[in-house]
Amino acid sequence: MSDMGTAAGPLGALKSRMPKFLHKVDPAVATAFACIVLLLIVGSIYSTSFLSPEYLLQQLKVASFLGVIATGMMLVILLGQIDLSVPWTVATGAMMASAAAAFGPTGVVLAIPFGILCGAAIGTVNGIGVAYLRIPSMIITLATNAVAQGLMVVYTGGFSPQDSASAAMRWMATGVLIPGVPNAVIVWAIIGAATVFVLTRTTFGRSVYAIGNRERAAYLSGVDTRRVVLIAFAVSGGLSAFGGVLLAGYASKAAQSMGDPYLLPAIAAVVLGGTSILGGRGSYLGTVAGVILITLLQSILSVMQMPEAGRQITYGVVIVAMLLLYGRSPATRA
Amino acid sequence: MNEWRYWFAEQKGTLLALAIFVVMFVIYTSNHPAGLTANVAQTAANKGVLLAFVAMAQTLVVITAGIDLSVGMIFILTNCLASWLVVGTPAETAFGVVVVLLVGLLCGAINGAIVIYGRLQPIVATIATGAVYFGIALLLRPFPGGSVNEDLADALTGRLFGYVPSSLVALLAVIMLVWVPFSRSVYGRAAYAAGSSEVAAYMSGVPLKRGKFMAYTLAGLLAAIGGLFLTFFTYTGEAAYASGNAYTLFSIAAVVLGGVSLFGGRGSAVGAIFGAFAFRTIGDLLFVFDFDPLWQPLFQGVVLLVAVSLGAFALFRVKNRLEWFG
Repeated sequence: MSDMGTAAGPLGALKSRMPKFLHKVDPAVATAFACIVLLLIVGSIYSTSFLSPEYLLQQLKVASFLGVIATGMMLVILLGQIDLSVPWTVATGAMMASAAAAFGPTGVVLAIPFGILCGAAIGTVNGIGVAYLRIPSMIITLATNAVAQGLMVVYTGGFSPQDSASAAMRWMATGVLIPGVPNAVIVWAIIGAATVFVLTRTTFGRSVYAIGNRERAAYLSGVDTRRVVLIAFAVSGGLSAFGGVLLAGYASKAAQSMGDPYLLPAIAAVVLGGTSILGGRGSYLGTVAGVILITLLQSILSVMQMPEAGRQITYGVVIVAMLLLYGRSPATRA
Repeated sequence: MNEWRYWFAEQKGTLLALAIFVVMFVIYTSNHPAGLTANVAQTAANKGVLLAFVAMAQTLVVITAGIDLSVGMIFILTNCLASWLVVGTPAETAFGVVVVLLVGLLCGAINGAIVIYGRLQPIVATIATGAVYFGIALLLRPFPGGSVNEDLADALTGRLFGYVPSSLVALLAVIMLVWVPFSRSVYGRAAYAAGSSEVAAYMSGVPLKRGKFMAYTLAGLLAAIGGLFLTFFTYTGEAAYASGNAYTLFSIAAVVLGGVSLFGGRGSAVGAIFGAFAFRTIGDLLFVFDFDPLWQPLFQGVVLLVAVSLGAFALFRVKNRLEWFG
């Protein structure tokens, strides 16, 4: 940890002047929360309804889909890997769950688990490729993404499938169990709490951080690193598919390329939340901040009626700018 | 004799890619209803050349142990730009071509600056710049359309002397003008050295940063040449997100098939070109065997998956288990 102060440079100097309790706060997470406040202020100037509880809850509901997907992405990024198979894992989860829902009463019951299982299967292939075959994760996940796309194109005949989401899927995404709190937010909260527990209180979680720091050292310390990597990728695939299931419930059916708009935001949310893209460092709180930040940004851009082109450009520029602020790798030194 | 052995060891990947391509192409033409006519060759060359340019671009970056996930988007952006600019009198057309190529260079230079001087991870940085490039493409062409100087387009996509596809000649010219000078220059060596062992290269005083920067910049140029050719083939510009992504993906497949190591420091753009031709031919094999075109994406995905998994055989040669964890 001692070299972090020197790496932070000016931030290190700033740190010594701050009150003690602020020392523990990750500057990246603080920046992300500051940006959220800034976006809320900008939004409220633009439209008065921006700060109303209904609007903010609606944003939180939309954020929870991204939140579920970003949770899986965060696990993988903590390992120092990346999962680029998100787009078609999301679509596969949504399509397979909707397809299962069409198979009578048993199908309806099994729809959600089946969708998640299909995603976990894709994730397992990723994990085997990365952990046991030592293929770079971005390559194998791109390849499985292509295979998943191919399978879904064959299955649907190139059109959006006709099956619609089951009632349970719709209830989970749009229903309200506790008055005032959408179910999707509860789902995200449960997954988030479980992730925090696993990352901070279990051997598995500590192994994830250890592998992200230095896999060789983790292996020599007796961690079965390959099993941990395999499980992390499988969980990431399962969560992506679960995000797809929720999205299908939200839109009440699956669609081709429904996962495309989630790859970049998922990576961005994790990275903007201060998780090191090199692995080994990052907190779930940061990812939550990143997800909310991205969702608010998307929402403001759509309130401003920014066309798709402008949105893409803004995303790219914001991500590069934020990364340049606090996501830089150390310089090459001998 | 020894010289030959070294040459062979160095070119093994390229020769393997050539062999795969030749086998695939023979299967393809022998099952094609028309056989190997000048027309069939021209169509195959035109389709292959597009991917070959993008694959060359990817190779330059992969050699430095990086990756450029924005090549497909630069390709789409320059396509949209060319559909506005490469029209009119010969002088206007020439001006348009120059501007398109400069924009490609600029896109590559931005990637390079962010990755090398900004020290960001190439994956995330190029996904983000790719989004920006696609956004600009969408601004230029919200709907497919535009046109291109058809004389130039026909000249570059037609045939020379009745048989030779002129796109192949253009590809050869680009290899001679861009790849050969770069790979033999100090900067080209630096790009290889950076991919092979960055720390060792740094300690030997190799101009690492400039070498890597050159690689990213030239990758932008090559993707722009690809985009220009796409405009010549289609006569229009279209900001197609799926197509940009597909070209990025296929460029990686072509690079892998072409024997370029994804860990950097090994391989050549010529190998990647054969890899691109082989990948295209494999995709087209489905058509001559009368498969449903619906199966093509799956087939290409499986080819890619198998191709990247083949690299895992190197694991069997590893004696010390710790080397798995690099």
